[in-house]
Formats: sequence, C-alpha cells, structure tokens
Amino acid sequence: MSIWEYANPKKFIATTTPWVPVLLWGSIAILVVGLVWGFFFTPDDFRQGSTVKIFYVHVPSALMAINAWFMMLVASLIWLIRRHHVSALAARAAAPIGVVMTLIALFTGAVWGQPMWGTWWAWDPRLTSFLILFLFYLGYIALWEAIEDPDTAADLTSVLCIVGSVFAVLSRYAVNFWNQGLHQPASLSLDKEENVADVFWYPALVCIAGFVLLFIALVLMRTATEIRARRIRALEARMRS
Amino acid sequence: MPDLGKYATEVLLAYGVSIGLLVVIVALSMRRARKVRAQLDQVEARKGPRK
Repeated sequence: MSIWEYANPKKFIATTTPWVPVLLWGSIAILVVGLVWGFFFTPDDFRQGSTVKIFYVHVPSALMAINAWFMMLVASLIWLIRRHHVSALAARAAAPIGVVMTLIALFTGAVWGQPMWGTWWAWDPRLTSFLILFLFYLGYIALWEAIEDPDTAADLTSVLCIVGSVFAVLSRYAVNFWNQGLHQPASLSLDKEENVADVFWYPALVCIAGFVLLFIALVLMRTATEIRARRIRALEARMRS
Repeated sequence: MPDLGKYATEVLLAYGVSIGLLVVIVALSMRRARKVRAQLDQVEARKGPRK
C-alpha cells in the first residue's frame, strides 16, 4: 500500500476519522498526567526555584511551534511537486495550531524570563527568530484567507512556508549559531551529561508526547474539515452553474 | 497545592494561559468540524442523490 493513497480526500477522511477521538482524548489524558506530574510532583530547581515548572509547558510548546512549521513545509513541498490537494489543506490546517504553540512558547518564555533574566523580552537571536516565526504564521494564515482561488492560495502559501522555514531553523539553532543572547542552549539532549536531570526529564517527556499527539489529532481533524469545506464550495459552484 | 514561593504568580499565569489557549484551539477546531460537517450534509441533501 502506498502513502499516496491518502492523497485521495475520501480515503483520507475514512481512514483518519476513527482515529481522531482516540488521539484527541488520549493526548488530553497524557497531557493531564504530564502536567500534574510536573506541577505537583517535581522539586524546585536550586537556582530557578518553582519557575522551573514552566519548563513543562514552555519546552513542548516551543518544540511543537517549530515542528508544526516543518510539517507544513513537507506538506507544502508535496503540494508543489505532486499537486495533492490534501497536503495543501493539511498545511493550512496546521497553521492555527502552530500559532497557538508559538504564542504559548512566547508567553511562557516571557513570564519565565522576567524573574530569571530581569526582563520580559530581549532582542536575543532565539527570541527574535521565534517572534518572526510567529509573524510568519500569521502571514501564512492571512494569505490563505486573502486569495479566493484555492490552488493559487496553496501555491503562494507554500512559497511563503519555504521562506519562513529559515526562521523555523533559526528558532531552533540560533543559540548555537550566534552563541550570544540571554536564552540558554537546548535543555534537552540525547547526551545524558547535557540533558536535564531525570526528575525533570521524565515528566517533560510525557508532556512532549501529549503535545505531539494533540497536534496530530488536531491536524487530522482540521484537515478533514478543510476537505469538507472545499467540497461544499465545489458543490455550491456546481449547483449555481 | 505545591508551595510555589515568590514565583507563584508567574508559574500559575504560565499554566493558566497555556491550558486556556490549548482549550480554545481544541474547542474551536471541534466546533468548526461539527459546523462544516452539518453544512456539507445540508448541501448534499439539497443536491439530491448522485446519478
């Protein structure tokens, strides 16, 4: 069986519909476990005090903000190369979720930064590239809304997505590229020496799993909605003619 | 409730806003999904059976 079979809208909806409630409620359950674990049952950090608990919402949301854009990039490339409508609609469906993830990351970062750095905001490479990524998300959504012809909208938003990917990469690696600014390097690493202590790592891992599953559930649900909305427009146009 | 000390406001604000935003995106996605599905049913009923 080929993955391209799911480029058929009917097949996509038939396959994903039964999975959406499972993924959605599963992700919510995992998120509740992760957040309760992180909030109630982890110790304070010896330097950061209780603000370390912000880690469990800040890191997973920042991770998803960047990876949502990469998912949109892959879907956009598939649209540009193979012209599968479902992939263009999947990219469109992911954008508002990416906005929310970016907003959570920016907000929790500011709230965490104030007591730790003494400022809500700094024009630090990572923070700035994250803000630009947020603006790209808004521009991407606005462009979809502004263009009436869906294929033209998909073409132009795909190009915008490719351009914006620079900032998605910078959001992740700006600290390594410039080695300056207030933001620390990545807290999570596969290298045990560099990774955060296990007592913080395990609940963070559960929260990350919850955020990832929630993102997948929402993208599948919203893509099916976009496919249906497109069918409504097509049927109405056919009935008018 | 854990003792959050002098950073209680910051921690509670971060959790409150994050959970609030997640609830909003889930609720909006579910509401739109239901609405569009109902609209499609209506349009398909108006169009009549496929020939």
